[in-house]
Amino acid sequence: MNIISAHSLHNYIRSNIRCSLWIRSYFTYYPTCLGTGKRMNMFNAINNAMDLALEEDKSALLFGEDVGFGGVFRCSVNLRDKYGSRRVFNTPLCEQGIAGFAIGVANTGATAIAEIQFADYIFPSFDQIVNEAAKYRYRSGGLFDCGSLTFRVPCGAVGHGALYHSQSPEAYFAHTPGLCVVVPRGPIKAKGLILACIRDPNPCIVFEPKTLYRAAVEEVPTEYYTSQLGKADILRHGKDVTLIGWGTQVHVLLEVAETAKLKLNIDCEVIDLVSILPWDTDAICSSAKKTGRVIIAHEAPLTQGFGSELASYIQEKCFLHLEAPVKRVTGWDTPFPHVFEPFYMPDKHRCLSAIHDIVKF
Amino acid sequence: MSFLRKSVHLLGSVARRQQHLKVIGGAISTAARDYGSTPSDDYANFPGARAPFVSKLNLIQPEDYAPIPIYRVMDQDGYIADETQDPQLGREVVEKMFRDMVLLNTMDKILYESQRQGRISFYMTNFGEEASHIGSAAALEMRDLIYGQYREAGVLVWRGFRIDQFIDQCYGNTNDLGRGKQMPVHYGSRELNFVTISSPLSTQMPQAVGAAYAMKLKPNNDACVVCYFGEGAASEGDAHAAFNFAATLGSPVILFCRNNGFAISTPSREQYRGDGIAGRGPMGYGIATIRVDGTDVFAVYNAMKAAREYVLKENKPVVFEALAYRVGHHSTSDDSTAYRPAEEIEVWNSVEHPISKLKRYMVHKGWFDEDVENEYVKDIRKKVLKQIAASEKKLKPNWREMFEGVYAEMPQHLIEQRNELEKHIEAHKEHYPLKNFEK
Repeated sequence: MNIISAHSLHNYIRSNIRCSLWIRSYFTYYPTCLGTGKRMNMFNAINNAMDLALEEDKSALLFGEDVGFGGVFRCSVNLRDKYGSRRVFNTPLCEQGIAGFAIGVANTGATAIAEIQFADYIFPSFDQIVNEAAKYRYRSGGLFDCGSLTFRVPCGAVGHGALYHSQSPEAYFAHTPGLCVVVPRGPIKAKGLILACIRDPNPCIVFEPKTLYRAAVEEVPTEYYTSQLGKADILRHGKDVTLIGWGTQVHVLLEVAETAKLKLNIDCEVIDLVSILPWDTDAICSSAKKTGRVIIAHEAPLTQGFGSELASYIQEKCFLHLEAPVKRVTGWDTPFPHVFEPFYMPDKHRCLSAIHDIVKF
Repeated sequence: MSFLRKSVHLLGSVARRQQHLKVIGGAISTAARDYGSTPSDDYANFPGARAPFVSKLNLIQPEDYAPIPIYRVMDQDGYIADETQDPQLGREVVEKMFRDMVLLNTMDKILYESQRQGRISFYMTNFGEEASHIGSAAALEMRDLIYGQYREAGVLVWRGFRIDQFIDQCYGNTNDLGRGKQMPVHYGSRELNFVTISSPLSTQMPQAVGAAYAMKLKPNNDACVVCYFGEGAASEGDAHAAFNFAATLGSPVILFCRNNGFAISTPSREQYRGDGIAGRGPMGYGIATIRVDGTDVFAVYNAMKAAREYVLKENKPVVFEALAYRVGHHSTSDDSTAYRPAEEIEVWNSVEHPISKLKRYMVHKGWFDEDVENEYVKDIRKKVLKQIAASEKKLKPNWREMFEGVYAEMPQHLIEQRNELEKHIEAHKEHYPLKNFEK
């Protein structure tokens, strides 16, 4: 049966080509350089981290939707072949099941590495994570815990993900005592954080900005290492304004800091918060006291975004050092929209305006 | 011992579709009576279950149940096996069925390709499932409310959603009924009683059950709700809630599972171990159930007619499982050859393809003119391509609409945020794609 071929479509529309909106990059990637290691993008580095974890710890299990064939973002590629389908496997399509199952695995002391396919789809598992994982140790007087549990969760904007493939829900989880929440900015950090989370005796969530899986490439050390949880990274030193971000936004801020220096002769200090919960109050406060001006930028909406917590803590602890109110540049208080994404993002232009304003205050 | 085996022959020889549901119901109660070798007259009175006592210990195995049979009207070659099952549709209706399936298929191919060229951001095809869309939609009334998952574009085609409406939505331009808020294929139409698609899986299922319940309470209600979902989505907690609420509260809803064998890469054998989704209906939730060959448009049509009649007469739900094969990739973000053999796909894309089957039926009837149909396909192709060019040229809605529809009325904080952005854009026009958006 001839059911139509579309091969001539290209020729047909070639005559009225318009620039596509979708091929528009929101950030320029700033790699971290250690001067050693193997060239890897972020999904390679995460794959390498999980490979090491599965190798080292025979109790470790890796599972989630479509994880078996390598995952929709290719993070678990080849791991089922290497460690067998009893340790690396697909689950049925059910996030609450994945979370509850992971908690149970961790209850026995075995290591659970659970993937939730998109952060936008983590909400069915909210009950398990917030009411169970986060409270296990506390409510049992330390008799039981699920500390050997790590959730890996792709998150963030990609340019065309719209409402349900773009969200950054870290603030919901930051409101939950008992959880560790981290966000890597690139391959080196992703590997270190995942290995640290797996070893950490608390349930951890790693929100992985999915736009970085392929776009972020660095020389990553191939051996086992961990990145300290709860510790921010100062990526650029400056005396005038402190810029705080995490995940993809860090790269926007690094670019903005360059522009601010070049065009406005303003020295920005750029801090990757890395850990959302618990977070590095020392690093943030000492920078805030030094510069007296702080801008926080994140993709998630303004109201009750994690920037709110940082801003109130900073004003409480550094009030007399501040030269201007703490500023936030964030996504708007709307769902994450499709065609309006270029207007939604806390992009470099909005961040640069904020620097301009905070210095002028 | 055999549970349902005894009654398999009954199920296999369903003579009339009106009897179909009754027979499945009958089979279950037969099974219950057969429980244990010496059934006792003595029924237990536990509040949780009414069942006979037995004195023999028996661990019931899944294998004790025969699978629910698959209702089919038309074979691979387009012949109707049992004439009593011929829905006796006129030539016009059958032609519309065929042409709508072809339209969907043609549009899918071109839009899929247009995503590959970066013209639209995303697309999902419906290949291989055309019959379950068209067959089910044809058996409904326009007043019946549809909750879809995301792979039911054929239902909209049947209801009259136009090519320009599909393509404008994919472009999120100013004629997109969804106002550019959602990704492509997230269609919705108030006029066509089709609730706008949302990406999270199964969330629509309990909603459909609630809608059906509310509709039931309206005086002289003669509309039902149809909720489409995949066999993967049926693993979500919401699916359980929907089944159980529908059964206990008595909702006139058809829970239509498109079992196409795959949830992205995960094959159905890793998704469940029971007898598909249909297997959950009668024993699991106490819901009348139909399972059909989803590549056979007449089987879907007949079963859907029966299901509709039943849910409205009884004010009870039906579990409907249409078995097919997802011939296309999950979406434009997926390459399914990474997890399934190309030869397997080919079988479902040729001899087992629902459009091929209906075509053969039409050929036997003398209703198929190759030249006329080729012309039709050409014409559709032209229309779709022309529409892509037109939709691409249309502007997106004014960017200020980003702040609209969050609440019924825009609260103060959003007005402030909109004003802030307005000021920013005014000062930095050159950095924003304003020319693509309405003023």
